[in-house]
Amino acid sequence: MTTKKFMYVNRRAPYGTIYAWEALEVVLIGAAFEQDVSMAFVDDGVFQLLKGQDTSGIDMKNFSPTYSALGDYEVTKIYVEKESLEERGLTLDDLQHLVWEDEDEDWAEKDSIRLVSRAELAEVFAGQDVMFNF
Amino acid sequence: MSILHIVNKSPYERNSVALAVDYMRDGDTLLLIEDAVYTVMQGGKAASIIDGQKAVVLGPDLAARGIAKEKMIDGVEVVDYAGFVDLVEASDKTQSWL
Repeated sequence: MTTKKFMYVNRRAPYGTIYAWEALEVVLIGAAFEQDVSMAFVDDGVFQLLKGQDTSGIDMKNFSPTYSALGDYEVTKIYVEKESLEERGLTLDDLQHLVWEDEDEDWAEKDSIRLVSRAELAEVFAGQDVMFNF
Repeated sequence: MSILHIVNKSPYERNSVALAVDYMRDGDTLLLIEDAVYTVMQGGKAASIIDGQKAVVLGPDLAARGIAKEKMIDGVEVVDYAGFVDLVEASDKTQSWL
């Protein structure tokens, strides 16, 4: 099977709608098919990665810990758009620290999140085979 | 006749918070729930929309989204679900800006 470059674009905040959770499910399924998977967090999508989410008061599943499992599914390219973060008063420190282990370098732990500008992300999009939008 | 204006959409995605604020009159209260709670994030562009307004935000929705107290702008009251009910009771009517 030919490997394709799949990009999942996340533009919604978590919990208010089902988009964020659905995207995560589809990403994990796609990863099982050994495709070259990337995720991008743009607009309100950056809120998905905020640290310290606690849904015990709203009777919904807290799916935010799932993002830290992405590295184990070889989803290692997670793009966060700088402009979206800044507009919302956020920095990378407000987000979860996502890592993956590189088996070619004796399982060295590496950062999954790549902070990119809108223009840089547009370049990344241009190099993809398939786009999924959530 | 006081109105409790309830908004549940992100201020970065819809104009509901801004519109509700435009419709607020003296004695009215703005209640931010669900994705509208992102309005109160310190340093966020949307925070200025509610400048000088009587705004209340739902605590459980803040916690779910990882917005800690110290990340909030000043002057916004946090309520729980019981506080939500009290606000509804204290207002003559409610208007939900869905």
